[in-house]
Amino acid sequence: MIELDCRSMVCPAPIIALARHIGDVPVGDVVAVVADDAAARYDVPAWCRMKQHEYVGEDAADDGVPRYLVRRLA
Amino acid sequence: MTARAHYLDVASSEPLHPAAREMFLAALDRGFADPRRLHDVARDARLMLDNARAVVAECLDVRADEISFVASGTEAVHRGLLGLASAASSPRRRIALTSVEHAAVRHAADWWGESVLLGVDAQGRIDAEDALARAVEEECTVVAVQTANHEVATLQPVDELDLPDDLPLFVDACASMGRLPLPRRWSALAGSAHKWGGPAGVGVLVVRHGAAWQSPFPTDDRVDHRTTGFENVPAALAAAAALQAVCAEREETNRRQHAQIERIRSAAAALPDSEVVGDPELRLPHLATFSCLYVNGEAIVSALNRRGFGVASGSACTTSTLEPSHVLAAMGALTHGNVRVSVGRSTTDADVDRFCAALPEALAEVRS
Repeated sequence: MIELDCRSMVCPAPIIALARHIGDVPVGDVVAVVADDAAARYDVPAWCRMKQHEYVGEDAADDGVPRYLVRRLA
Repeated sequence: MTARAHYLDVASSEPLHPAAREMFLAALDRGFADPRRLHDVARDARLMLDNARAVVAECLDVRADEISFVASGTEAVHRGLLGLASAASSPRRRIALTSVEHAAVRHAADWWGESVLLGVDAQGRIDAEDALARAVEEECTVVAVQTANHEVATLQPVDELDLPDDLPLFVDACASMGRLPLPRRWSALAGSAHKWGGPAGVGVLVVRHGAAWQSPFPTDDRVDHRTTGFENVPAALAAAAALQAVCAEREETNRRQHAQIERIRSAAAALPDSEVVGDPELRLPHLATFSCLYVNGEAIVSALNRRGFGVASGSACTTSTLEPSHVLAAMGALTHGNVRVSVGRSTTDADVDRFCAALPEALAEVRS
């Protein structure tokens, strides 16, 4: 798993980072997006749906910032 | 941007209908007096107000005494929804509303007490049976369901709600009033004149004869017990004139606009990494919404504005709260790079052609 630090980035920057780095993990592995932008909560799952990856869910980074988990499917 | 032909934000506010303008100007000179007084000038104002009420009632196929003119669509929502809640026999302050209601409904419900949000599908539509079951189970005292969504155009199955007798329905009809006939069964309903080509500053509150409704706010001693403050007679009359004209023209207008929006939806769907949002068929005729990946909403609105097109957006960066559209979020739609395009009665097919041609250019510029 890799973790992308998207703290303080506003939409659509976290999604652009996710798209840029999804290929950095092998198929089946997870990219975690740490983002405090309010839109990321909706846009990470929407991106997964549009790009046919799996949205695994949300947890939190050590500092409490939301972390969104995406599994690369292709 | 000066060309009104390129104003594609009619869902925010429709330009004043010529019929309204003419009526407004005539009424400004005649309708200034206090309609409660008994002298001739006042009686004239009263006659104009009653006339406005009668015309709106006829257009909406409701009784004239069910109509009140208030200061905005938002005020009509507040009074309609909270008036039903105030009259409820239960002391519970809990309102069920769809998760895609206009902010006016959400804020009113939150202000009143607890809100129970009724979920929607990917098109933004509630399931009538599930929604009602949830409202009953949660022991809500009022249910609020819009006729059509103001952001994504999807129509709600209002008439499919099989309401128990003790559960009143509030309907926000602001997005559809004048464009589509009203649903049949509800207790109170709200509309907004500037959405159909009347002047701003006129809301229409309709409370069904016999419905339990009680003013949620301080009352007043005006012509109409459901409203407060001095009546804006010229604006009410202008709103009525616009509504009459719009209803008379709507079959043709809707057919034309439905086709224009179809073309805009197709053009948007052809953009790389985009998704068109809202029901393709069961929708308002004049409104299309789509979102583009990796694009800032403010940037795409600005890029289109530079090309002469005024459009709206539900993306977080374009809102006063910096929160993304709760409608798009509730639907699971992409919230960034969002564009809402709405055509008006003077939008031509050539305008739509120009917009469809400008759209890929504007998007490419923003993405580069």
